[in-house]
Amino acid sequence: MIVLSDFLILGAVIFCMGVAGILFKRKNIINMLMAIELMLLAVNTNFVAFSHYRGDPAGQIFVFFILVVAAAEAAIGLAIVVLLFRNRRTIDVADWDELKG
Amino acid sequence: MNFETIVFYLFAALTVFAALRVITSRNPVHAVLFLVLAFCSMAGIWMLLEAEFLAITLVLVYVGAVMVLFLFVVMMLDINPARLREGFWRWLPFGAVLAGLMVFEMTWVLGPSRISGGKTAIKHAADYSNTKELGRLIYTEYVYPFEIAAVILLVAMVAAIALTSRRRKDAKSQAVPEQIAVRKADRLRLVKMLPEKHAQEKMDNPAEAGR
Repeated sequence: MIVLSDFLILGAVIFCMGVAGILFKRKNIINMLMAIELMLLAVNTNFVAFSHYRGDPAGQIFVFFILVVAAAEAAIGLAIVVLLFRNRRTIDVADWDELKG
Repeated sequence: MNFETIVFYLFAALTVFAALRVITSRNPVHAVLFLVLAFCSMAGIWMLLEAEFLAITLVLVYVGAVMVLFLFVVMMLDINPARLREGFWRWLPFGAVLAGLMVFEMTWVLGPSRISGGKTAIKHAADYSNTKELGRLIYTEYVYPFEIAAVILLVAMVAAIALTSRRRKDAKSQAVPEQIAVRKADRLRLVKMLPEKHAQEKMDNPAEAGR
């Protein structure tokens, strides 16, 4: 019998993989964006699991809005990546240091 | 071990494997394709959680649109995979230790012994429609957030187009304000000049005409 904590642990594992992915792939911003997508997927899984086990569909509505915002984020992020690549011919995060941050 | 448990562990193993390949694969295209696999198997798990609408939305919107966008961008940009691998081994121990520690912490906190609720899920009847319930909620209780979500998508679309569109240099277009603001003096020039001789006079005197 699978209980709520099984889904939460699965979400935690996927989330930590997203965190590790951001650290591993520091040369490629597209891979960093993909790691962020993984983290969002893990969070959404938590919402769906709580929604199911508490019998409250509000959690699923929240997942719906997270999907909307994540799609917008991916579209704008990729547009910025394309723009930066066009101007700098690289997608290495370390090469984008004009702001001296 | 019933059927649900088998399905859960199958999809969970697939998702974890795909996520692992996303963060370790050499080629960005492979990473995107493994991310698609992770989304698809996670959609299976959501289906197990009786969130049918969201599972289908995940496959349609995420795999069908967002991941294809990722794939487009990855294939469009000229990336050298070998150079992008630099720093992977340097960050591997740190990232692995950090992720392992986080997994350990979260597993400790979220383990079955600590979360008392959620032993039994609320089972719905066979004729219960998840889509209908979500639709009812979205269009009654959450109608304003829904409208804002639509506006967010519109803003994202406008922003993405505005960021990436390039103005053509050879494009021909009307400059209406300049056209309206133009005056007679800008276009028309009156020139004073001596009157020409009559044609008949030129024929009478060809030497002068040919000169």
